[in-house]
Amino acid sequence: MKIHEYQAKRLFAEYGIPIPKGKVATKATEAKAIAAELGEKVVLKAQVHAGGRGKAGGVRITGSHDAAKVAGEMLGTNLVTHQTGPEGVPINSILVEETLDIEKELYLAIIIDSASGMPMIMASEAGGMDIEEVAAKTPEKIITAHIDPGMVFFQPFIARKIAFGLGLNPALVKQAVPLITGLCRLFQTKDCSMVEINPLVVTEYGRLLALDAKINIDDNALYRHKDISEMYDETQEDALEVEAKAKGIENYIKLDGDIANLVNGAGMAMATMDTLKLAGGSPANFLDIGTINDPARVVNAFRILTADPNVKAVLVNIFGGMARVDVIATGVVEAFNQLDITVPVVVRLAGTNLDAGEKILAESGLNLIRAKSFREAAEKAVGAAAGTLS
Amino acid sequence: MSILIDENTKLVIQGITGSEGSFHARACIEYGTNVVAGCTPGKGGQMWEDRIPVFNRVEEAVKETGANTSIIFVPAAMAADAIFEAADAGVSPIVCITEGIPTSDMIAVKHYLSQKDVLLIGPNCPGIISPGKCKAGIMRGDAFAPGRVGLCSRSGTLTYEIAAMLTEAGIGQATCVGLGGDPIIGTPFVKAIEMFNNDPETEAIVMIGEIGGTAEQTAAEYIKANVKKPMAAFIAGSSAPPGRRMGHAGAIVTGTAGLASEKKRVLAEAGVKVAESPADIPAKIKEAMGNK
Repeated sequence: MKIHEYQAKRLFAEYGIPIPKGKVATKATEAKAIAAELGEKVVLKAQVHAGGRGKAGGVRITGSHDAAKVAGEMLGTNLVTHQTGPEGVPINSILVEETLDIEKELYLAIIIDSASGMPMIMASEAGGMDIEEVAAKTPEKIITAHIDPGMVFFQPFIARKIAFGLGLNPALVKQAVPLITGLCRLFQTKDCSMVEINPLVVTEYGRLLALDAKINIDDNALYRHKDISEMYDETQEDALEVEAKAKGIENYIKLDGDIANLVNGAGMAMATMDTLKLAGGSPANFLDIGTINDPARVVNAFRILTADPNVKAVLVNIFGGMARVDVIATGVVEAFNQLDITVPVVVRLAGTNLDAGEKILAESGLNLIRAKSFREAAEKAVGAAAGTLS
Repeated sequence: MSILIDENTKLVIQGITGSEGSFHARACIEYGTNVVAGCTPGKGGQMWEDRIPVFNRVEEAVKETGANTSIIFVPAAMAADAIFEAADAGVSPIVCITEGIPTSDMIAVKHYLSQKDVLLIGPNCPGIISPGKCKAGIMRGDAFAPGRVGLCSRSGTLTYEIAAMLTEAGIGQATCVGLGGDPIIGTPFVKAIEMFNNDPETEAIVMIGEIGGTAEQTAAEYIKANVKKPMAAFIAGSSAPPGRRMGHAGAIVTGTAGLASEKKRVLAEAGVKVAESPADIPAKIKEAMGNK
């Protein structure tokens, strides 16, 4: 789960990580009042769950007397960045912060390193940039250190390894060690899957602080972090995805193609999307319906899938292991009874209770396009979406 | 003719009295697996469905029944504890089916296991099947057939789908292992492939990878240096957008290395026949077996 920058910075403050002075505003008048307290010049930062805000106009420096006006221009609009869809994400709040004279921009993050099975600190003297680009072009500029669970508690030498590795002078190392230690404690205590400070800045006066803050929390651990669960902001998510979740369909991701697909299993769902693409089609979504034993869930999935106006065909691709295909078949029939489905539907069933499932579909009299194999299903769905098959 | 489990496997089921544990206990027994014990704290001394003794602790189950393999069906919040307990009792492999275990729990598990001589399969996986001999998993037995191809996969349903395609094409399997879809798993590809490579009865290996992480790359390095057996692979997620978690917690492209295209490239370089769709796997493995 993603949280906003201002929420991440509150956590930073709790863990002793220095941040710029500032407060969050949801109204232009609030922004004005906060700006007045901060000084002559402030920075207004759109609080959205998407990167690339700076280039998209989501971070604006302004004189404090203009803060209300600029905040008014930003609030209530949608910000479109390279990480969002063309519709963007709504700006419902703005972080108003002091401006700083920056001497140097660094990069600091902690991620899960699957290969070692440990958290890993990543840092670079090339801050403020896309770290992927730094990694690709100048990998020598990235330093890393694992947080070994065998040490039980975080050991400061790891922080020193990073701080000295960044080429910081002794005065800055002294600030960096507690900062990195705090970040590691935060990462571990709050079950983060990623924390990132980009940039971590050195000011003209030799202070080290987190100018930006990004935190992702491990969804599987949310049950033990009620405080963080409450930070969930559904306005930042795709509306159809939010609706899908509310209807018990956890694993739905909207994409921009025109062939909807309903699959059981995450790997199967990805493979179905890949095979659609290979057959010349374009998937409209990722949907892992999971192990279902309730036809209503299939109906809900159809409801979500056909609510996407781009969808020209639906592909149901099920290999019943734990899931029973007769339940899926009943769900498909129910979906046609309850919903106004106007696009062609391709159904491919295999596995548990196949005969019963086939019988249900055959007896329904529905005009379904049937396929036996994985590939045939994908090819027929592409044909159906193109209008060459119905 | 198989790895990890066979006719000598004596299985203890952790969570046997729960609904999932019960369901799959029945299915495993029906397949022919020698289920010797169940374990549910507080229900020790009972007989599960009048036939399998239930113990409070795994250690007791091992002592009393000689259990040498465990399968875990306990809820996510307690699953790490169950793995620790099984490892402490010394059973291996430990198969953890449970989905949704916090990553930090698995960091602790992985560290503990590194000091023990036990193997964990999963979590968030369908388990293991050595067709015709033993099933310690949640897959349906009828998609699989005995034979000489080893299959390892990060995805559950795709394991069944591809095993069924192989079976239909007349290609039986020595063992099929679901490795799990989480960022931190007990046995990565490289370990599974090493076991298949060292098993004299396994003639060819199929790997089913997906986007995210670098486990396929690590495997590719090993394959290039050590594997002479024919291999075919499919990597799911070529069409997945970066930065989105595709169902599995581990299936998220966060860097170039996580891309399907990158994984396919390094595997092809290592001599693996790479399929663009799962439907091509039987043809690819036949092609690889013909060439070597």
